[in-house]
Amino acid sequence: MPASMTLEQSTSSWGGRRPYPIGLGVVLVTVAMLFSAFVAALLVRRTGADWTGIELPPLVWANTGILLVSSAAVEFARRAVRRGSTETAVRWLGVAATLGLLFLAGQLAAWHELTAQGLALASGPHAAFFYLLSGTHGAHVLAGVVALFWARARAARGAYRSQASGLTHAAIFWHFVGGVWLLLLAVLTTL
Amino acid sequence: MSETHTGFWRRYVFSTDHKTIGKQYYFTAMVMALFAAAWSMLLRLQLAWPQQTWPVLGKLFPGLYQDGVLLPERYLSLVTMHGTVMIFFVISLALVSGFGNFIIPLQIGARDMAYPFLNMLSYWTVVPACLIMLGSFFAPDGAAGSGWTAYPPLSALSEAAPGSGLGQTLWILAMALWIASFTMGGLNFITTILNLRTRGMSMRRMPLTVWTLFIASILGVLCFPALTAAAIMLLLDRVGATSFFLPSGLVVGGQLLSYRGGGGSPLLFQHLFWFLGHPEVYVLVLPALGIIFDVVAVGGRRPVFGYRTSIGALIVVAVLSMIVWGHHMFVSGMSPYVGEYFSVATVTITAPFAVLAMNLVASLWRAEIRLNTALLFALALIAAVGIGGIGGIFLATATSDIYLHNSYFVVGHFHLMIAVVTFFAIFAGTYHWFPKMFGRQMNETLGRLHFWLTVPAVIVGFVAMHLLGMGGEQRHLYDPTVYQFLRPIQWLNVFISIVLALAAAAQFIFLGNLFYSLVRGPVAASNPWAATTLEWSTPSPAPHGNWPGELPVAYRGPYEYRVDDSPEGYTPQHLPPSPAPGAVPVPV
Amino acid sequence: MSETRRQTPEIVALITLFLGITAFTVAGFAMDWMPPVASQHGVGVDRVIHYLLHATGPILVLGACVLMWFLWRYGRGRPTQAPHTSSRVEFWWSIAPVIGMMAVTEVGVVVKGLPVWEEIYAEPPADAVRIDVTAQQFEWLVRYPGPDGKFGRVAGDLVENTNPAGLDPKDSASHDDIVVRNQIHVPLGQPVYITLRGRDVLHSFSVPALRVKQDVVPGILNKVLFVATKPGRYEIACTQVCGMGHYRMHGAVYVDSPADYAAWLKQQTAWLQQQ
Repeated sequence: MPASMTLEQSTSSWGGRRPYPIGLGVVLVTVAMLFSAFVAALLVRRTGADWTGIELPPLVWANTGILLVSSAAVEFARRAVRRGSTETAVRWLGVAATLGLLFLAGQLAAWHELTAQGLALASGPHAAFFYLLSGTHGAHVLAGVVALFWARARAARGAYRSQASGLTHAAIFWHFVGGVWLLLLAVLTTL
Repeated sequence: MSETHTGFWRRYVFSTDHKTIGKQYYFTAMVMALFAAAWSMLLRLQLAWPQQTWPVLGKLFPGLYQDGVLLPERYLSLVTMHGTVMIFFVISLALVSGFGNFIIPLQIGARDMAYPFLNMLSYWTVVPACLIMLGSFFAPDGAAGSGWTAYPPLSALSEAAPGSGLGQTLWILAMALWIASFTMGGLNFITTILNLRTRGMSMRRMPLTVWTLFIASILGVLCFPALTAAAIMLLLDRVGATSFFLPSGLVVGGQLLSYRGGGGSPLLFQHLFWFLGHPEVYVLVLPALGIIFDVVAVGGRRPVFGYRTSIGALIVVAVLSMIVWGHHMFVSGMSPYVGEYFSVATVTITAPFAVLAMNLVASLWRAEIRLNTALLFALALIAAVGIGGIGGIFLATATSDIYLHNSYFVVGHFHLMIAVVTFFAIFAGTYHWFPKMFGRQMNETLGRLHFWLTVPAVIVGFVAMHLLGMGGEQRHLYDPTVYQFLRPIQWLNVFISIVLALAAAAQFIFLGNLFYSLVRGPVAASNPWAATTLEWSTPSPAPHGNWPGELPVAYRGPYEYRVDDSPEGYTPQHLPPSPAPGAVPVPV
Repeated sequence: MSETRRQTPEIVALITLFLGITAFTVAGFAMDWMPPVASQHGVGVDRVIHYLLHATGPILVLGACVLMWFLWRYGRGRPTQAPHTSSRVEFWWSIAPVIGMMAVTEVGVVVKGLPVWEEIYAEPPADAVRIDVTAQQFEWLVRYPGPDGKFGRVAGDLVENTNPAGLDPKDSASHDDIVVRNQIHVPLGQPVYITLRGRDVLHSFSVPALRVKQDVVPGILNKVLFVATKPGRYEIACTQVCGMGHYRMHGAVYVDSPADYAAWLKQQTAWLQQQ
């Protein structure tokens, strides 16, 4: 008997006409694996006899707050889109993206503070991992900021009147990057 | 969807058409292969006749030779670059990026990839990577020379070797660009396969070529970040004076490296590297097997034996491949308990691999074999993967690996598995899909000649390398005759060099055939091989948008050869089932 | 059908090719390439290799025979039944290679290999001869503890031309340490325990005849344990690429009778006296 079936029995279970959350999923998995590799390396390195923990500059906590607020801003923007208030959405996206830039500036300032204390990249393993993790994270924040500005431009052109998948993806990526930072902070401070 | 209004640059250079991008990858891989093969010929000359001087080569390559003698440090650069370029810039580029891009949308019934613009970006990211790799030979201290595995401290300390200067930094940068390109590609493949299959094309109706590319992409996406992490930390160790991988108290050339904090671990790099490194070989080998399943079904005129068990075996191989990386590190100083785990785990991969090999062979049972060049290479691949796979057991068993680690047994093994198997798949795929790619057919007589001059030579040559390893010859060896115990088997090196040089020369027949057929080959029909999968339901070459009219619908599995009473002896996937007498036709 | 009948010469050629490849492989591996084994655990290593050769050789030959038979039977245009197999049949067929390969390979790893692995990584007996080897670009610095039986302290910052091992003259245990280059003398039949030290890059200490191989990793002290069973000279090779002199990191292990070994040791001048 041939292995053919009727169309109805064999339609792909992923339904090919919707937008693509899978692409975003792949990006998130890749980024997660990258940071997992770094954290694994840190956990291994931490068992070394010469590990001395450092105090992170308090500025880092302020930056974290900024990042969390920016996530809230993104959510306000999404809510505005659902309500149909394009102008509000555009404004909130601008706020979120600007806060993202502020976060990056704050991180650079934190680096400056740490270096001024004599803790540069090569000063020791904990410092090295701090610069490595925050630097790599910052690069991903920058990518997220670009995505937010792009979503803002699209919103301004009215692209999100019927469906807002692009905005959703940018939002998920932004929250993810914020979540990663919280995890990294936990690893860098408690260990 | 017409392309008539796009200019030359948008159509041929910055194209977003997956078929063009696939060809761009393929031809780029070809160029890189010429370089990597040339380097390997220089290596084989040195290995076979270490005492010989080569004045002509000395004039051609003044940076590599001095007074007609290949410099030892340049030998190591050639080994490093040969391996790196072949693995990433030839095999992956041609097999995964080249064929993958070309064939996936066609076989699943899509007009293009999910993200055509990203696809174009992924190719144009790999081009600078290629240029940087090639250009690194012109760094002041030469190209990277720490092996394709780039183990620190050697790769981290420019003081430790000439090849560890700027050349190594450029190597890292090129690899970073390559990984970015591959990740973009993997993203595209996964999304496309999951989301863009045409109506009726369930996952269980996809050809095995698509399945293996799908699994390879997932593997790559999961595992490449470990190499990215290792590369970034290595770069920081090199230029940022960090000590992620560098222990304390290093003394190089009599100088204590006191500017370094130390405390790092070279083994950490190895773990991160091989976490990617082992799955990477399956990223290469699985698509090779997938292509061969397709070719064997077409050429044997029967369905693949064990389509479902093959999918299961492929998934098991992929999952297992992520938990066995330590078999590259048995003698590294890793805990022997951990080593024993990795040995027990690694040999389990032989089980699903044996299923795949059995299914390949069993796909010839009750076949009606129609030989063409593609099928010939497919059959030769079965032989190669059989021998190579069995050789792997010797290395996976920790106790025997004590003797064989870093010997030519390893070199022979990975060349059989990654060079011979994948190149045979590239050849099979080329002869098979050339009509769909270029609208013409390659010459079958020249194809036979290519086959017969290549296959015996490469298999014999790389099996002989295993024997060198049994004799105890180690890798990265500029002059084997330094060692008395190796002199009696030095003749094997001469034999291997001659045999492989002949095989290398034979590749010009393939290239000549390919380029001649591009312009003068006989015009191809849309389905010259009487095949069932969707790519053959569109004209040759496939037009922009892949199907001139509506997308095909998949009504059946991918390998319906001689399974019903169709007069042609095969039933294409897109052919609707004939209605039973009196039945109402199913609306499309 | 007739087109496939014209294929017969090519099918015959293909079968001959696979026959030739299989014969070459079997014959090649049947030959004796390995240097004669000269250590106790080495016998076990060779036993594992021979087991694998004997267990996998027939698998290779069987696979080749099936492939060649299928080519012969189904490649020459003879009438053939339609290829129907149910998924269940295909599934049960796949059980055989799974069980077969697991059995063959895990016997190799666990039954044959594990005891030898444990022998190699065992704790050294009290009467083991202790030797300390530093691998550096591009030579082997071999150190004996001397009559006091204790190794002196070494440190990277003490390394100098006249003091390549970096011995600390302030440590009295180092005064009688013996340092030689690229040669290791060991007594026949006695356990030898070598600590491997590295200070620059990765190396790997390997003596093929003794079936000994262990990486030298800066920052870690790796160890090697063996009992030599045949007198002779056995070459040392570095088996981890370490820079441009990697190919000439050449040394030798001399397995002497206990009397000759003692005599050689007595002849060596302590490091401190050479200053």
